[in-house]
Amino acid sequence: MKIRHLTALALLCVGTAHAQSAKQLDQQADAMMKASFREQGIAKMDRVEQDAAQKACSAAKPPPATVAKKIEAQQLAAIKWPSDGQFIGDWKEGEKLAQNGRGMTWTDASATPGKNGAMCYNCHQIDKKEISFGSIGPSLWNYGKLRGVTDPADPAQAAIVKYTWGKLWNSKAYAACSEMPRFGHAELLTEAQIRDLMALLLDPKSPVNQ
Amino acid sequence: MRTRLIAATAAAFAAVATLPLMAQQPKTAADGIAEYRKMLEDGNPAELFEAKGEELWKTARGPKNATLEACDLGLGPGVVKGAWVQLPRYFADTKKVQDLESRLLTCMQTLQGFDAAEIANTPFDRGEQASVTALAAWISSSSRGMKMALPQKHAEEKRFYELGKRAFFFRGGPMDFSCASCHGEDGKRIRMQDLPNLTKNPGDGVGFAAWPAYRVSSGEMWSMQRRLNDCFRQQRFPYPGFGSDVTVALAVYMGVNAKGAESIAPALKR
Amino acid sequence: MPDPMRIRAQAAGDKTTVRVLMSHEMETGLRKDAAGKTIPAWFIQEVTAQLNGKPVFAAEWGPSVSKNPFLQFVVKGAKAGDKIAITWRDNKGETRTDEATVS
Repeated sequence: MKIRHLTALALLCVGTAHAQSAKQLDQQADAMMKASFREQGIAKMDRVEQDAAQKACSAAKPPPATVAKKIEAQQLAAIKWPSDGQFIGDWKEGEKLAQNGRGMTWTDASATPGKNGAMCYNCHQIDKKEISFGSIGPSLWNYGKLRGVTDPADPAQAAIVKYTWGKLWNSKAYAACSEMPRFGHAELLTEAQIRDLMALLLDPKSPVNQ
Repeated sequence: MRTRLIAATAAAFAAVATLPLMAQQPKTAADGIAEYRKMLEDGNPAELFEAKGEELWKTARGPKNATLEACDLGLGPGVVKGAWVQLPRYFADTKKVQDLESRLLTCMQTLQGFDAAEIANTPFDRGEQASVTALAAWISSSSRGMKMALPQKHAEEKRFYELGKRAFFFRGGPMDFSCASCHGEDGKRIRMQDLPNLTKNPGDGVGFAAWPAYRVSSGEMWSMQRRLNDCFRQQRFPYPGFGSDVTVALAVYMGVNAKGAESIAPALKR
Repeated sequence: MPDPMRIRAQAAGDKTTVRVLMSHEMETGLRKDAAGKTIPAWFIQEVTAQLNGKPVFAAEWGPSVSKNPFLQFVVKGAKAGDKIAITWRDNKGETRTDEATVS
């Protein structure tokens, strides 16, 4: 009996001294994310359910190139191009949207796309006149000018125009783990709002391209 | 003619003397903000909360009409100095890793008879939540100048570090944000707000070592629980429970990464 | 009973620097709450200081002074051990006096 007790004790010691495996910790972390939150206002619990792109990019290291490419292809296929073929709107409205960081938090009243700002200046320099800009994303000063866009309607410039729309709609189509929100895909902004941001970046008359 | 020559030379010297001043670089916006913040440092309203917190620790309150002076914050009952820089840590009596705020809830319940769950569900700055914040301000002030030294001896402390790391990199919400989206790299900022890299030690008095803090823009005292709560709000996540595992795990991750950083809590923030 | 002030008074030669942190909401009367109702004005209108009972400082404040105001001033002729008393009075008629010793 004494030997049985000692064996049991030894097994117990081994059990607790043994570190959790990475997989076990992953599972515990997932469970923790679900259990630690509750819904509040417009922020519902579906927000802690990850899609494939979010899941693959939730580690300190980026996913392998093959996984990244697959995600980018999936995201690209999901992009909705302008329903009326119009890519460019009003840059003045675009600048207002870029300045506005409101929307989608649990203290906001509505989750409707039209009510949100695009928060661009949080991460990017855009118009040089604005000195309060973030550095999480690259500078977008002279965006259209640097890419030689003199007329966004010119078929010769269609590739850049399309890329810019695609990037705004779903940034992960071009970089699987991009930190930039998927403004169209996640229904954060309307088509009209994205058209206005397109104008801010590509309209030769926009202050960004002076 | 000689007088005119002397005058001309003097004028030339005067012109040269002023040149270095004119050639000085203009202050950057970041420099200006840093200067303004330095001017605000004296007279941190956090002191008002420290005074309140000390009073709450030493006053008999609650259904059991007891003080908090027997509360064990990790260094033994009643030991306040040095406790802040070793939290969160594992507590044998609750068998849990706890941060300061959740440990205060434990003590307020067991020693004073308050309902911990009720306090956890009370909005920030109301009722006994305000007491927890004031206590956090005073308790952290008792460790001012000491270096972060969270223990990582117990298996649970190590497990919580691993859970905190995974939570830190968890992408979620409609904007796909994780903590790492803003705090995962050196030298980044949102608008004009510098962002410390919390995957490592960001330096003395920065990041985890700078909270609790008084926020001038809203005139509010923010504990780390409040700071994490507002982080998740800005990340467009749902609401993190007060003292929930994710908040404690993230505190362990950030606090252990900040090992050796000098605590300046309670600090002054914009 | 309004919350106490934190007062520090340090003598350096003939000049004593007095630092005061006051606990007050300092509501301007221009803000609206979540329901759209104007939050009534509530701010300190008068601050006075006495050195050993003798008035040495008086100020009239308005709604532009921030919440939890910090005041710093220099007074001449004080020495360690002297008493500094600060009094504030707000637009509701509430008042608070606190005292400190010059160090």
